[in-house]
Amino acid sequence: MEIDKQFLAAPVKTSVDKFQLLPEFLKVRGLVKQHLDSYNYFVRTHIKKIVQANDLITATKDPSIYLRYKDVRIGEPSMVLDGVTEKLTPQKCRLLDTTYTAPIYVNIEYVTGSHGSKTTQMKRDVIIGRMPVMLRSCCCILHGKDEEELAKYGECPLDPGGYFVVKGNEKVLLIQEQLSKNRIIIDTDNKGCVQASVASITAKTKSKTIIRMEKEKIYLLLNKFGTKVPIMIVLKAMGMESDQEVVQMIGRDPRYSELLLPSIEEGRALSILRDIFLANIPVDQDNFRSKCIYVAVMVRRMMEAILNKDAMDDKDYVGNKRLELSGQMLSLLFEDLFKSMNEEAVKSIDKILAKPSRSSRLDISQYIVKDSITFGLERTLSTGNFDLKRFGVNRKGMAQAVARLSYIATVGHMTKIIPQFEKSRKVSGPRALQPSQWGMLCPCDTPEGEACGLVKNLALMTHVTTDEDEGPLISLCYTLGVESFEYLSGEEVHMPNSYLIIFNGLIIGKHRRPQRFSNAMRTLRRAGKIGEFISIFVNEKQRCVYIASDGGRVCRPLVIADKGVSRIKEHHMKELKDGVRTFDSFLKDGLIEYLDVNEENNALIALYEDNAKEKTTHIEIEPFTILGVCAGLIPYPHHNQSPRNTYQCAMGKQAMGNIAYNQYCRTDTLMCLLVYPQRPLLTTRTIELVSFDKLGAGQNATVAVMSYSGYDIEDAIVMNKSSLDRGFGRCIVMKRMVSVCLKYENSTSDRIIKPQREGQDCEKMQILDDDGLAAPGQTIRADDIYINKQSPIVTRVPVKSPMALPDSSYRSSREHYKGSVGESAVIDRVALFSDRDNNMKIKFMTRQTRRPEVGDKFSSRHGQKGVCGTIVQQEDFPFSERGICPDLIMNPHGFPSRMTVGKMIELLGSKAGVSCGRFHYGSAFGEPSGHADKVETISETLVKHGFSYNGKDFLYSGITGEPLQAYIFMGPIYYQKLKHMVLDKMHARGHGPKVMMTRQPTEGRSNNGGLRVGEMERDCLIAYGTSMLLYERLMISSDEFVVQVCRKCGLLGYYNFKLKTGICSTCKNGDNISTMKLPYACKLLIQELQSMNIVPRLKLTEA
Amino acid sequence: MVSANEEQRTEKIPVWDLPDVPSGNLPAHLELQRTRTVCTNDAPIHTENIQYSGAYASMGVDNSMRFEKFCKNFRVEVIRLGDDEMEFDMVGIDASLANAFRRILISELPTMAIENVLVANNTSVVQDEVLAHRLGLIPLKVDPRLFNYKSENDQPSEKNTIVFKLHSRCEKKSSRINVKSSELKWLPGGSEFALSTEKPTQDSTSKVKTYTSFTCSQDSLPEFSSNPIAPTHDDITLAVLGPGQEIELEAHAVKGMGKTHAKWSPVATAWYRMLPEVILLQEIEDEKAEELIKKCPVNVFDIEDIGKGRKRATVARPRSCTLCRECIRGDDWDKLVALQRVKDHFIFTIESTGALPPDVLFTEAVKILEDKCERVITEMS
Repeated sequence: MEIDKQFLAAPVKTSVDKFQLLPEFLKVRGLVKQHLDSYNYFVRTHIKKIVQANDLITATKDPSIYLRYKDVRIGEPSMVLDGVTEKLTPQKCRLLDTTYTAPIYVNIEYVTGSHGSKTTQMKRDVIIGRMPVMLRSCCCILHGKDEEELAKYGECPLDPGGYFVVKGNEKVLLIQEQLSKNRIIIDTDNKGCVQASVASITAKTKSKTIIRMEKEKIYLLLNKFGTKVPIMIVLKAMGMESDQEVVQMIGRDPRYSELLLPSIEEGRALSILRDIFLANIPVDQDNFRSKCIYVAVMVRRMMEAILNKDAMDDKDYVGNKRLELSGQMLSLLFEDLFKSMNEEAVKSIDKILAKPSRSSRLDISQYIVKDSITFGLERTLSTGNFDLKRFGVNRKGMAQAVARLSYIATVGHMTKIIPQFEKSRKVSGPRALQPSQWGMLCPCDTPEGEACGLVKNLALMTHVTTDEDEGPLISLCYTLGVESFEYLSGEEVHMPNSYLIIFNGLIIGKHRRPQRFSNAMRTLRRAGKIGEFISIFVNEKQRCVYIASDGGRVCRPLVIADKGVSRIKEHHMKELKDGVRTFDSFLKDGLIEYLDVNEENNALIALYEDNAKEKTTHIEIEPFTILGVCAGLIPYPHHNQSPRNTYQCAMGKQAMGNIAYNQYCRTDTLMCLLVYPQRPLLTTRTIELVSFDKLGAGQNATVAVMSYSGYDIEDAIVMNKSSLDRGFGRCIVMKRMVSVCLKYENSTSDRIIKPQREGQDCEKMQILDDDGLAAPGQTIRADDIYINKQSPIVTRVPVKSPMALPDSSYRSSREHYKGSVGESAVIDRVALFSDRDNNMKIKFMTRQTRRPEVGDKFSSRHGQKGVCGTIVQQEDFPFSERGICPDLIMNPHGFPSRMTVGKMIELLGSKAGVSCGRFHYGSAFGEPSGHADKVETISETLVKHGFSYNGKDFLYSGITGEPLQAYIFMGPIYYQKLKHMVLDKMHARGHGPKVMMTRQPTEGRSNNGGLRVGEMERDCLIAYGTSMLLYERLMISSDEFVVQVCRKCGLLGYYNFKLKTGICSTCKNGDNISTMKLPYACKLLIQELQSMNIVPRLKLTEA
Repeated sequence: MVSANEEQRTEKIPVWDLPDVPSGNLPAHLELQRTRTVCTNDAPIHTENIQYSGAYASMGVDNSMRFEKFCKNFRVEVIRLGDDEMEFDMVGIDASLANAFRRILISELPTMAIENVLVANNTSVVQDEVLAHRLGLIPLKVDPRLFNYKSENDQPSEKNTIVFKLHSRCEKKSSRINVKSSELKWLPGGSEFALSTEKPTQDSTSKVKTYTSFTCSQDSLPEFSSNPIAPTHDDITLAVLGPGQEIELEAHAVKGMGKTHAKWSPVATAWYRMLPEVILLQEIEDEKAEELIKKCPVNVFDIEDIGKGRKRATVARPRSCTLCRECIRGDDWDKLVALQRVKDHFIFTIESTGALPPDVLFTEAVKILEDKCERVITEMS
């Protein structure tokens, strides 16, 4: 009994380490669950709805001829090759440049018949097109496969999926951010008038309704109406009989009436009102009452905003945003294509029926053409241009090629959110960090410059909802005591004692006890009776309860707390550890729930269990989950100046390292890999969660923070030559070259022939194998031939025996390696395959192994980039008492202005890590929960191993041998090599190619172009008075040209070589010819003007 | 700082009352500055060597470097000598000279390392260049003094080239294997790969021309007959082979120097540190002493009983001081303890890669410095 007492007296153990939930969460969810969920929803549910909604095709003339879609499903990914269906794997598609698609099967019921006799027939599994399959979705063959099986398919187990493979290119449909549809938004227009607007989007139409207060009067603005319409007229048109009713409905408060008065004093189109005006409100048998109520609520909220500016909605508030994901976009696209296909089918049936004499049997199923859907989907995905006339959508850049520079770039690309409009606007509102982004969108990860703050990234734990069925939920609301307006008078809409219940933007009724109602709904949700992503949000200010089940809301899991005590107890976590529990069981048992941004407003969320108060309703799982994947790589980001973290987010995507486990089997156009990538010594929990420790992009370099040699100014880095010799920063650059053996119209085709081993050009062909293709392992230099190809001379006109043409009817079409002189590469792989047009295609992968050189760009994980300034012998480098020599030296001036304290802690932590043999952690905000080592403990470890607590070592100069006059801050820092390398950028030219038309030097490095003396440079030279230099640059070095000018007529003549005189072709003689120099571009201008009937005449005077 | 200590020890005396310094001796603070580097809390001071012979002329002290003096003071004491590591003390020498030895050890002592790799077949995942790079970094157990440098135009011969063969293959249906450096087989007879450019001679009896032209087999030479050439370590992983993969190559090692590439450096690293000197400026007794002992992570201090239950801290092992500066951190501890380095006492450590034992390396380094000096002298005379 005594023991019991003691046990009872002991304080309740509060803090439970909930970190384990995170890996569990990511295990069920993966990193790109939002894409997969959305796609799965489309493939499983939405596509059926779309087909159901458009399931009937009938001939316009004869409605008895019809085709009905019964069911639709997506099959297994496959392709048809020469009539044989072959299973597809994503890796195969990447290599073969094909699209990873699965057939769309439908079951149809249709009418066949001829000459009056009609029979209905059923057909199963008719293919109407091919659907691009998202990798790792439920249609993909990789779905639910374990590592070993994935390896068998040639797939990297760490690859997140969530993208498509279209014509061999990986494409991701980026997450689109848009304003909530079907919701009332109160804001001001550009003149400052308060307005309430609703963007209504239904399956059928799309409209925007604005109610605006202008000069004390309230108007309705609708695209369909030419002018603004007074609101009273609209309300009366919809059947509100008296002003009194209107006033009642809006609210009887005298202040509201006053505002309404001018509009009342001022006081056609039924179908517009019914279908377009507030299209999201269904109208039942011309009963406009629900619309009236909606308008009334809109007007009331608008007036509230006029009286009280606080009631204005914030467009940038994340709760007012919806994220559109690939599934939604694809469904829109599919719907459009499906309808077009059906229309086409109807057209062609009508055409057949219109023919007076039909002999053959009419088979309506013949007229569904499957190509239009297949091509439409494929084209949209490969170009990224969504052009749907039916929905008035025309957006560009929706699909992007997946960034494969590093693993993090890939994952980061999947979580990227792009805005839909307003890119070039100068307003700061949408770009600013919104407090409601907390935990949903990463506060760090946004690009710099133009799109700063507009392009966002998801945080680690964010979930994006998909649509949920509304019907059962609405009826549930009514059973929980929601009073429908059918039984209420207009007066009661704004009764102070009850709350409006708004479901997905639809006003469904009133409830007298909103708190009770919402509690009931939440209890049901926690019990798993309704979907876990449904949000119930009580808005006290607006006296509304918002219930949302629509897709595209962002939400995140939180631990539920009762009166400040977390529901998750120690034993739950133990069960999780033992594998008895999963994340889903936490959800099911009501320990955890998802909250969306709106519902978060009803919750009081404690950061840690310790600071939970009586009123706390939820507790965060882990604070570092407010960051996204890219920002999660930064150690101690909470010690850095915030823009530095943003810079690192951008740079982490350019870091070289390992891309995927299957990187050597990939044939990307450009791949940058590190030869010896490492995992960071100072890790974070996010790094482990996203497996960056398995596919690292950088190396742990021992860094000494000191100045050295003067080649380290402006963030330049001094590197140790011996470190480079031993493989630091060594990278492999792989590039792809493609060559196609074409087949021509006259069934001739290109051929590859044996290389010449002797004679002319044999040197250039040395690397060719006997099959005429470059051999793997050979070194290829600039201008070497890598494929000895020949093309037939005649390709259009039919020829005799096209397969056995004589050698003379071929011309050489060898392909040369386009590299700069002195630069060599190695043929890594040669892959032959036949592409979709059945041409033979040859992919050559070339490889270059590069060691760092002066000018290559490096960066730590704290937004501190710098180029290699000089490379110094090891013996010249300083060394410590233990003989440690740094790999690179960084200038201390990098610290004061950047304030990257995190980098210093990283150095300390890694130094302690290498000393004691344990990876140290630096997760964001991790110190209280033990996910980041504290500086004090790190210092203790350092001291224990004989280092100074502050990480500064006693160093000797390698040059003089004497000790340095300061202690040097030295230790390992994880350094990334960025893709920008001097070798790819350096460029100079003496002579070189010229543009044919103007005879001026070409432009750009790739064309071996000249360096332009531009307008401003020219201005400088003029100002300086260096006329000869100008003359040389602009004339002699560019497009000098000698012309014959006739002094008499002022036109250009020509030089007759026979007579050795210049002759004026206008005057027909050479009497008055002068020779002079002109820029060729000027001569061109003169001639072009002449061609337009303008005669420019040159008047010459003696200089 | 030091002068502050001086002040503490001696009462403040006006300058004119100071006793005359006996000529030929430096005053204490100058002597300290000349011979010690003092490591204070914020930075080391007096790090530079005073080279100028007349630096103390005004005090009647000759600071010039004298051979006799050097001979008298200089001594070398080997502390530790292992197969590939040694530690020795070098006393009575200037930092620049000690540094010269270090620099020569790192970059100017020649060794043999693989420079050219002829890849006949490589189906492993390791790229040819990377494999060659890895091979290059393998230390070889061979005395480089027995070989000549091979210049660009030289024919590879038994006097300048060592040839290794590596042929490893992972059979199909077996599990992955690691290719270790032990698989490198020495070919004393030179390359076995025939030069492809040469037309096969009509005379089949004559020797096929290979990439090397050895006049005799290397193992017939007395130096190698008893100790065959091999990598120093057998367990360096070169590549991992999956089933069906194969590596067949020949690696040619030549003589080179560390300044060209780190692979030719005979030492993993070579460095020195100055002899630490820990001085208790005051008697540190009882709790303070205990505290001091607890502070030091490397046990520099000891406690001595001075009777009557009182304890006093002593400096027992100054040599093991790593200069973590814990003992002078905070609370005026720097008034009690001083950390110094003796400027002319170097604790030299050489970690050999295994080609030559470290003591030989050092003597070689001395020879190279000697050569250099001679060259300077001859150039100047």
